[in-house]
Amino acid sequence: MGYQTVKFYQTGTYTVGNRLLAPDERSVQAGELRSNSINSGHRACQGCGEALGARYAIDAAMAESNNQLIAVNATGCLEVFSTPYPESSWQVPWIHSLFGNAPAVATGVAAAMKVKGKTEVRVVAQGGDGGTTDIGFGCLSGMFERNDDVLYICYDNEAYMNTGVQRSSATPPTARTATTMPVGKEPGNVFGQGKNVPEIAMAHNIPYVATATVADLRDLEYKVRKAMKMHGARYIQIFVPCPLGWGAASHDTIKLARLAKETGMFPVFEAEHGEVTGVLKIRNKQPIEEYLKPQKRFAHLFGKHAHPEMVAHLQAIADRNIRKYGLLDEEKAHG
Amino acid sequence: MANKPFAITLKPGTSLANLTGSWRSSRPVYLNRLPPCNNACPAGENIQGWLFHAESGDYEQAWRVLVRDNPLPSVMGRVCYHPCETSCNRGQLDEAVGINSVERFLGDEAIKRGWKFDAPATETGKKVLVVGAGPSGLSAAYHLARMGHQVEIQEAGPLAGGMMRFGIPKYRLPRDVLDAEVQRILDLGVALKLNTKVENIEQSMQDGGFDAAFLAVGAHIGKRAMIPAGDAAHIVDAVSVLRSMEGEDKPMLGRKVVVYGGGNTAIDVARTVKRMGGEPLIVYRRTRDKAPAHDFEIEEALQEGVMIKWLSTIKQAGVGEITVEKMELDEKGFPQPTGEFEKLEADSVVLALGQDVDLSLLNGVSGLEIKDGTVQVAPNMMTGHAGIFAGGDMVPSERTVTVGVGHGKKAARNIDAWLRGITYVPEPKHEIATFDKLNPWYYSDADKTVRPMLDIIRRQTSFDEVQGGLDETNALFEARRCLSCGNCFECDNCYGVCPDNAVIKLGPGKGFEFNYDYCKGCGICEAECPCGSIKMVPEDI
Repeated sequence: MGYQTVKFYQTGTYTVGNRLLAPDERSVQAGELRSNSINSGHRACQGCGEALGARYAIDAAMAESNNQLIAVNATGCLEVFSTPYPESSWQVPWIHSLFGNAPAVATGVAAAMKVKGKTEVRVVAQGGDGGTTDIGFGCLSGMFERNDDVLYICYDNEAYMNTGVQRSSATPPTARTATTMPVGKEPGNVFGQGKNVPEIAMAHNIPYVATATVADLRDLEYKVRKAMKMHGARYIQIFVPCPLGWGAASHDTIKLARLAKETGMFPVFEAEHGEVTGVLKIRNKQPIEEYLKPQKRFAHLFGKHAHPEMVAHLQAIADRNIRKYGLLDEEKAHG
Repeated sequence: MANKPFAITLKPGTSLANLTGSWRSSRPVYLNRLPPCNNACPAGENIQGWLFHAESGDYEQAWRVLVRDNPLPSVMGRVCYHPCETSCNRGQLDEAVGINSVERFLGDEAIKRGWKFDAPATETGKKVLVVGAGPSGLSAAYHLARMGHQVEIQEAGPLAGGMMRFGIPKYRLPRDVLDAEVQRILDLGVALKLNTKVENIEQSMQDGGFDAAFLAVGAHIGKRAMIPAGDAAHIVDAVSVLRSMEGEDKPMLGRKVVVYGGGNTAIDVARTVKRMGGEPLIVYRRTRDKAPAHDFEIEEALQEGVMIKWLSTIKQAGVGEITVEKMELDEKGFPQPTGEFEKLEADSVVLALGQDVDLSLLNGVSGLEIKDGTVQVAPNMMTGHAGIFAGGDMVPSERTVTVGVGHGKKAARNIDAWLRGITYVPEPKHEIATFDKLNPWYYSDADKTVRPMLDIIRRQTSFDEVQGGLDETNALFEARRCLSCGNCFECDNCYGVCPDNAVIKLGPGKGFEFNYDYCKGCGICEAECPCGSIKMVPEDI
């Protein structure tokens, strides 16, 4: 996966950079000349995970494509906070059309480049979880099925944040949103059936599917670069905490992403042609409460009218992920 | 309007026009916090500072930063009890960084490569007399010389080193190491007069035309205890035994040697006796956990076959045997006699009950205050007599080499200021980089490197050094276990994790700057800084 087996370098590849590593072993983000695809002055909230994730991903794609990149954006926070007409934070060619059609637009851009003979120009489409797992889902599936030469990146913050925190199909069970209030016997979002879009993408047998978080930069960059080396339809879902929508402190964005991975709540893996080829192991397993408690959207699970049975249910979901993807090393899993 | 595409009425612009820094209610600032190791070092070493250079493999620069505070790293890397490691934040993660072993590696590397101290930039024309060539005196002489003063050391003994030579056995500190580090100090231009006992300090200062003096004669008179003994009983003191090990005439102690005391000196004597083929027995009135000796030394002595009789006092010493009385601890932890006696074989008894200071050189000096057999000094290390400073074992303090070296440095700084007619004011200490200021997630897992130990048979029969050193590869590994507490080590985390590109990377060695035009004050940089080198402070609103 993203980590290389190295001699001991103090922080190894956990930190963004590392003065002890050779320059070509360092991350794109550590470079003074990174492209800063989404520049300062954007209107994202303090501590926005999506703004960070987008820069991580698009900078890596820029580096891998030798800066020959066109980005297509679905409607959503990322589009609204970066590009209030007539200003834009984007330092890449960038196009926005509708909420639900980003995969189709990207397909068209890729086709146009092909017709023009510009084979070196690569296309990335991006959107939030609402634009991807709900509204743009039909277009996305079509893009996968046709194996169009597009890398689609979903920034998953688990609800429609831009319009005021409404539930999406990526919202986790029990979470409070504007449309799933913490009332009744089973407060917050329903447990339901869930909708695992990375697995749905894998079911299309496309060349590459991966998940990543803003807490593991080196892993994220590795996956974007790997995806950019391939052609055909590729999908990466990046876990990006939302301080506003989750009711979390702005400085906890990366901590929450790390805890989502370390608890097993968000499995980090990659798959080629429909088969899982690697997982990012849990380094220091944490109980689910560690992840839930810093977030006000889960506050009703604790305190005076606590719902331990719902916490246990969430823990069971995390445990299932750990088992299913093999997220713990053998010794830790049985130890 | 006519030139613009359909529905476009405004010129495109960049978001850089939008100064989001105005959203901020608190701002991040870079700061240096004091690493706990530096805070704990009695010699005031900048440990994190020299490890930083060792981490990148620049051992010479690491050594140069180290010797700004301590001219004896090779000695220190062997005999220091490393309070730095006790306080190391990494101890809360897995195990403390082996600071002492890296220090020894750097010191040995310096000897091997022949690194020399930088010559003083200027000469002040002032003369300083240092009395005693032990750790404290050598340290003061070194620092004074580097400040440009002319320094002369007058030493009563036949060789330099003080307790490092005449107290610490060879198996802990090989003499070639000591000689090399002493010589390097003398190479700075420090004059050393051996076999020169200062009888009257004021006279000596006047005779030599010295502007100031630093006294560091140590404490080398073994304390006696009243033990009823027959005329023929063989009772000697520990310091004389250890001192005579350095001369031609080795001490004659017989086969069964009883060592009386529970400090490091008692352990040193017992282990020395073992190596000479004797059978040492330590008799101590309290228990192991109450003994002042460091536990690892007790452990090493036991491994080598030294016997220890806890909770016992010597009641009487005769020819070939002693009588001990069994003790028991009362509720306050003090030993009380039980009336149970036992006879033990003993060809000789070595008293290791602590040492007193020979204060005879101070006879007739005005203004001095002597209390409990030690010279009282002000916080600037000056005695009650202007221009005469003192340090090391002869002033009230913990009696270790490291404390002595620290005294030497502190005294040198104050002597320098005094000679210039000013007062030395130390820089205010930074707040301490406690473990809660760190984000330990970012450090790779790595257990401490264990130093090789000499095999047990050779430890029992020879004076070869017991503890081995690190080599280049594992010294580098050990250095890189440092968490760099409180001090930026350019990991680029702040630069990477800012969602607003509001951190400017200035390039290698130059660190970072915040761009407050765009910093929204989210605090991610502070939360994700591994070493606690960023702090959020409220904005004035």
